[in-house]
Amino acid sequence: MSRQIFAYIEHNDGAVEDSAFELIKVAEQMDPQAQVTALLFGSGQELEDACQHAASIYPQVWKVDKQEHSYPNAELIRPQLVNLLPADAVVLAPFDTFGMDLTPGLAIKLDSAHVSDIVGLDGVDGDTLKAVRQEYGGQVHTHVHCDLSGGAVLSVRGGVFPASEGGQEGQVADKTSDAGEVQAGRRFLEVREAEVGEVDITKEDILVSIGRGIEEEDNIEIAQELAEAMGGVVSCSRPVVDAKWMEKSRQVGTSGMTVKPKIYLAMGISGSFQHMGGVKGNPFIVAVNKNASAPIFQVAHVGVVEDMLEFAPVLTEKIQEMK
Amino acid sequence: MNILVCVKRVPDPAENEIEISSDGSDIEREDLVYSVNEWDNYAVEEAIQIREQHGGSVTVVSVGEEESEEVLRREMAMGADQGILVSDDAFEGSDGRGIATILKAVAESGDYDLILTGAQSDEGAAQIGGMLAAMLDQPYASLVNEIQVQGGTKLQVGREIEGGNQEVSEIELPCVLSIQSGINEPRYVGIRGIRKVSGVEIPEKEASDLGLSEDQVGQKAARVKRVDYFHPEMGEGAEILEGSTEEVAEKLVELLKSKGGMK
Ligand SMILES: Cc1cc2nc3c(=O)[nH]c(=O)nc-3n(C[C@H](O)[C@H](O)[C@H](O)COP(=O)(O)OP(=O)(O)OC[C@H]3O[C@@H](n4cnc5c(N)ncnc54)[C@H](O)[C@@H]3O)c2cc1C
Ligand SMILES: Nc1ncnc2c1ncn2[C@@H]1O[C@H](COP(=O)(O)O)[C@@H](O)[C@H]1O
Repeated sequence: MSRQIFAYIEHNDGAVEDSAFELIKVAEQMDPQAQVTALLFGSGQELEDACQHAASIYPQVWKVDKQEHSYPNAELIRPQLVNLLPADAVVLAPFDTFGMDLTPGLAIKLDSAHVSDIVGLDGVDGDTLKAVRQEYGGQVHTHVHCDLSGGAVLSVRGGVFPASEGGQEGQVADKTSDAGEVQAGRRFLEVREAEVGEVDITKEDILVSIGRGIEEEDNIEIAQELAEAMGGVVSCSRPVVDAKWMEKSRQVGTSGMTVKPKIYLAMGISGSFQHMGGVKGNPFIVAVNKNASAPIFQVAHVGVVEDMLEFAPVLTEKIQEMK
Repeated sequence: MNILVCVKRVPDPAENEIEISSDGSDIEREDLVYSVNEWDNYAVEEAIQIREQHGGSVTVVSVGEEESEEVLRREMAMGADQGILVSDDAFEGSDGRGIATILKAVAESGDYDLILTGAQSDEGAAQIGGMLAAMLDQPYASLVNEIQVQGGTKLQVGREIEGGNQEVSEIELPCVLSIQSGINEPRYVGIRGIRKVSGVEIPEKEASDLGLSEDQVGQKAARVKRVDYFHPEMGEGAEILEGSTEEVAEKLVELLKSKGGMK
């Protein structure tokens, strides 16, 4: 297979993001001989530094250096990628908030196939890529076949593929003049930082975390009592914040806080990757869920298959007795 | 502003345990409870709020089996002005591009200033909005958690990015936005509301009504195909504590103590 593989590289402060180390491994799983090209958009010294970093991982680096790219705007970058890429290219990108903005439209504009949120690969057979995805918040896995013959745009979940150790001495090529005009119907204005709440869950050792299984706002009390008995605080998953039952600053996950507790007691949380993406530092994870096949039981150390609304008060009582 | 909102009927995550059928070709659909995709409900609420402040209309469209009419009706009970059901055996096996192609045809058969989708649906693909925008040659923003109408030509939108930060941009109309959950508080729909719209006619469109042919949609056109559902061989997973509720709680307290889970 001599298909050209490209990897879209995100970078920050002159260093590439972790995904850069993983996407090359994805490319190598598709084709061990692949000469993978890293694609970087940005401006000035920050971009230059990031390209040097990328060249330690990728044999080839293409950079597009424009003032307009100093903050990455998928709407500006997409048409430029269409100008730069060969029609049957395989393009890899991270499945994150930037990737979600970029890749579906890119696949259409390149007239290529699109597979998002890839979590595994079973190799390439002729023109068919065999990928693994998840559906229903990780409750089931699927095998997916993707026709690569007309090119493909593939977004990859972070943290599931191994990371490359680097050690490349890649070449950086300046593709700025080939990228064409920068024009889009969307103009970036600013980034507003998330609000800080009363309680800083990122600094807590013990978190009692509640999800949709809490069912009603009034039930939060039972989690608070449990957290109090344990000497910790209550955090939550996204639906609890969406319902306005808890502050955003209590939300654990990729679009919330990254926590590093010693104990993470998750009750009524299914364990979506966007939630678990915020649980770091290898805590002792306990899951309480009434569904024995909830994905959270795959990452938890200890599981309790019970109704959390009944179990939590019993646990609180036992803690008070046995402390 | 005339707004088109794309809504999908999906198994309700709060009500179901998803199981795989014995041959792995599908999930067990027998006892599933369906509802409107969580994100789409926020999109419809947002559209209704924009209409309430700035005038115009809200149309909801769903591609799916006959039963999708239920979710259209529910969203109409919420306040959408009209629904369009798009249903045809020829759509069976469509990949994301196929669904977006169908929605593009619907979008072009009306006159919409703004198209909203949910950020993601049950398959977690998060792709239809971006595909639709590209097909229509309109600007796109994903994961939108704030919309401000600025005159008749543009919007100011916030996108929710990593860490819960908000990326603020200006976007020209017409455009396509995918809506992130939590952008608003979707209004409650009671039985009364549903009854009120129960008699309203919901037009149904087929492939031929939309000028779509077999090489554009359905299994044949699909470049991405789901082959099967499966449960992977996992590591050991969690140690499940067994016994009565009391016993389980006692075991857990001992474990928590030993791991420093009590101050
Ligand atoms: C771009 C993006 C970013 C996101 N960021 C985040 C994020 O930062 N954090 C986050 O959490 N999510 C995030 N999400 C949402 C994520 O995809 C999931 O929808 C969400 O994590 C699900 O939350 P949950 O587990 O509480 O709910 P569900 O998935 O609905 O799970 C509820 C669980 O509770 C169990 N349950 C129900 N009732 C009971 C009971 N009485 N007793 C015991 N168990 C019960 C059920 O079996 C189920 O497993 C994001 C999504 C997107 C698209
Ligand atoms: N069959 C469908 N009918 C109408 N809208 C859909 C359909 N499938 C997906 N969508 C829209 O696209 C959004 C994203 O879905 P997906 O790309 O499948 O994750 C959903 O939230 C819906 O707004």
